[in-house]
Amino acid sequence: MLQQLGTALRMTILLTVLTGLIYPGIVTGVCQLLFKDKADGSLILRNGQVIGSGLIGQNFAKPEYFHPRPSAAGNDGYDPTSSSGSNLGPTNQKLYDRIKASADQFRKDNPDYSGPIPADALTTSASGLDPHISVANAEAQAERVAKARGANLPIIKKLIASATEHRDLGFLGEPRVNVLALNLALDRQIPKTK
Amino acid sequence: MTGNGVFQIAIYFLVILALTKPMGVFMARLFEGKRTFLHPALRWLETFTYKLTGVNESTEQRWTQYTASLLAFSIFSFLFVYVLQRLQGVLPLNPQGFKNSLVSPDLAFNTAVSFVTNTNWQSYAGGESTLSYFVQMAALTVQNFGSAAAGIAVALALTRGFARQQVNSLGNFWVDLTRSVVYILLPVSFLAALFFCSQGVIQNLHPYTVAQTMEGAKQILAQGPVASQEAIKMLGTNGGGFFGANSAHPFENPTPLANFLQLLLIFVIPAGLTYMFGVIIGDRRQGWTIFSACAFMFLVGVFCCYWAEQRGNPTLAKLGIETNATIAQTGGNMEGKEIRFGIASSALFATVTTDASCGAVNGMHDSFTPLGGLIPLFNIQTGEVIFGGVGAGLYGILLYAIVAVFIAGLMVGRTPEYVGKKIEQKEVKMAMLALIVTAFSILVFAAVSSIIQFPSPTKDAKGQPVAQSYWNPPGPATANLANSGPHGFSEILYAYTSGTGNNGSAFGGINANTPWYNLTIGLAMLMGRFLFLIPLLAVAGSLAMKKKVGETLGTLPTHGPLFVGLLVGTVMLVGALTFFPALALGPIVEHYLMQNGKLFSVLLFAIGS
Repeated sequence: MLQQLGTALRMTILLTVLTGLIYPGIVTGVCQLLFKDKADGSLILRNGQVIGSGLIGQNFAKPEYFHPRPSAAGNDGYDPTSSSGSNLGPTNQKLYDRIKASADQFRKDNPDYSGPIPADALTTSASGLDPHISVANAEAQAERVAKARGANLPIIKKLIASATEHRDLGFLGEPRVNVLALNLALDRQIPKTK
Repeated sequence: MTGNGVFQIAIYFLVILALTKPMGVFMARLFEGKRTFLHPALRWLETFTYKLTGVNESTEQRWTQYTASLLAFSIFSFLFVYVLQRLQGVLPLNPQGFKNSLVSPDLAFNTAVSFVTNTNWQSYAGGESTLSYFVQMAALTVQNFGSAAAGIAVALALTRGFARQQVNSLGNFWVDLTRSVVYILLPVSFLAALFFCSQGVIQNLHPYTVAQTMEGAKQILAQGPVASQEAIKMLGTNGGGFFGANSAHPFENPTPLANFLQLLLIFVIPAGLTYMFGVIIGDRRQGWTIFSACAFMFLVGVFCCYWAEQRGNPTLAKLGIETNATIAQTGGNMEGKEIRFGIASSALFATVTTDASCGAVNGMHDSFTPLGGLIPLFNIQTGEVIFGGVGAGLYGILLYAIVAVFIAGLMVGRTPEYVGKKIEQKEVKMAMLALIVTAFSILVFAAVSSIIQFPSPTKDAKGQPVAQSYWNPPGPATANLANSGPHGFSEILYAYTSGTGNNGSAFGGINANTPWYNLTIGLAMLMGRFLFLIPLLAVAGSLAMKKKVGETLGTLPTHGPLFVGLLVGTVMLVGALTFFPALALGPIVEHYLMQNGKLFSVLLFAIGS
C-alpha cells in the first residue's frame, strides 16, 4: 500500500501538470492563433467600444428594438456573471404568475399582434443568456418596431429574414434570430428618426 | 414531435452505432497492449509517464492491489482538488480576484469528492462567480481526465475477470489509467476543443470583458479557458460546467453543431466499450447484446422525454401561448430551454446525459414537465447503465447481467453462467451489495432531508444568537427548495439520486450549498462510487480465478433477443421495484396535478435568518 501511495502521488502531480496546465495551455495557444476572435468571446465593437458578444443575449426594452426572451440570469436578467435558468417547476404558482405578467406585457407592447404568443417570448432560457428568439417571436414584434422607427413593415420583415439563422447542416437545432445582430442591422439600415 | 426532431435523434443514434465498432476495436487493441496507429506519435509520452511515476509496465496486479491503487489515486486527487480550491486566492491565474472565502470547507469537500468520483455535482452558484481559472484547469479539468480514466480501468478489470481463467491478476491500474489518458482522452479532447473553439466556445485567460450594451447598460462578459475543459467534460462523461448554466451557456455550447458533437462525445467511449468487451472475452455477440439492450432503453427514454416536453404544460397553454410546433417556433415547454436547441435537442441531451453518468445539461431539468423530468431521474436510478459513464456504464450493466442470469437460473433451476463463467454465491452477493448500497443512499438521504428540522440558534439574555446554526438555516431542510409540493420532493430526490449515481445534473432550484447538503450529498457520491466499484472489483478477482466452462445444450445463451429482453427486464424491474414509491410521490403525482391545473405556492422561509 505504501508503494501505491508513492505512485499515486507522483501520478497525481504528473496528471496535474499534463492535463491541468500543458493541455489547456496548448489549446489556448492554438485557439488564440487559429480562432482569435471566437476564443475571445465573439465580441462586437461599435465605434471602438465593446457593445457585447454575438453569442450572449442582452436586455432590450425600447420599442424600436426587438426584445429578447425573459431572463433569469442575475437580478436584472442577462448577467453573464450569473448564468442561470429560473428552475421553476411546471406546477409552480410563481411560474404561472410570471408568464401571465409577461403575456400581458407582450400584448401591451405589441397591440397589433393578435395571434397566440410564441412560447419562447414568455419563458426564460436555460442559461439566462440566450441570444436568440424564434422567428415567430421576431415577426410578432415586427409591427411595433416598424411603427417606432417609422419604417415599412416589409423592410423590417426582410431584415428579420436576413438575420434568421437556419438549422446547422439543414437539420440540427432550430431556426432562430440573433436579437443583437438584428438590432444592430436595424440601427445601421433604418436609423431612428427623432 | 416534429419530423425534423425525430430525424435528429435518429441520425444521432446512427452515428453512435457507426462509431461503436471502430472505437471498440481500437480500445481492445490498446488495452491488450498491442500497437495502435497512435503509438508512433504518443508512445513516448506513455513510457515517459511510467518512468516518472515508477510504474513497471509489465507487472500485473491482484484485485486487492488494483483496488488499493485506485483508492490511493482517488485520495491524492481529492486532497489536490480540496487544497487548490481553498488556496485559490493566493494562486495564479485569478484575474477576477476570487477569494479563498468563496469556497467554504464543506463546499470544497463536496466539490473535491464530486470531481474525483466523476460526479461533477456543483454546489457552488456558478464557476463564473466562484472559481479562478487556475482551479478550473489544474483542479477540475485534471479530475475530468483522472476520474474518467479510473472508471475505464475498473471496467477493464471486470472485463478481464470474465476473459481470463485460473489467474489472480487483473492487469495494472496505473498502466490502464495512463493508456486511457494518453491514447484516448487527451488526443480526442484536443481535437474536440479546437472544434468547439471554431464554433465559438471561448478559450482565453483574460479578465472579464466589460461591455456597454446597445441600450447603454453595463454587461460583464465572463471569460476563461472553456474549450479545453468542455471537451473532456463531455468525453469523460464528467459534466461539470465551466459556467453555472453548463452546456446551456452560449460560451460552452454555442451552436447546434457543437451540441451534436457534445452528445457524440458522451456516448462514444461507453458505446465502444460494449464492443471492446465482446472482443476481449472472445465473443463479439455478447458485446452487441449489451449494446442492443442499451440502445433499446435509450430510444424508449428519449422519445418519452421528447413527447412529454413537446406536449408542454396545459396550465400555461391557457394563457394564450402557442404550444404546437410551427415552422417559425418550437412550441412545447420552452421554460429552461435554449432557442438554438429547441425541444428535440434538449430532450435528447437530457436523456443522453443521464443514460451516461455525464450530468452536463443544455436545458434546465427542474423546469421540465413532470414526465419529461422523470426520464432523467429514472435513468440515473437504474445505475446509469444505458451505455452509461465511461467505464461505469459497462461495469454497471455487467452487474445487471450477473443478476439477470441469476434470476433466470433460479427460474429454470440451473447454475447461472455468464460468458463461460459460473455465477455463484460470491458474485451474486457482491452484485446485490452494490445495488442495495445505491438504493439505500438515494432513498434514505432523500427521506431524511424531506423531514429533518434544524433548531433555531440558542440566544443569550439580550436575545442575540450565541451560536450560528451551522448545518443549515434554522427550520426544515426543505426550505432550501425553489419549488414546493411534489416538485419540491423531486428536487430532493433528484439531488441524492444524482449524487449517488455520480451523475451531477440537478433539479437546480435546490440550494444545496449548505453544510448539511454538501456533506450528505458528498457522502452519497462516495458511497455511489466506491461501494459500487469495490464489490465489482471483488467480483472481477473471483471470476478471474475460475475456469471457463464449455457451452452445452443446457447453457442459457447470453446473446440474442431473448437475453436482451431479460437484461432490459432486469434493469427495469430492479429500478421500478426500488424507486417506484418515491417516483409516485414526486413526478408521477405532479403529472396528474398539472393535468388538473393545480399550482403550488412556495412557502417562504427566510433563508439565513
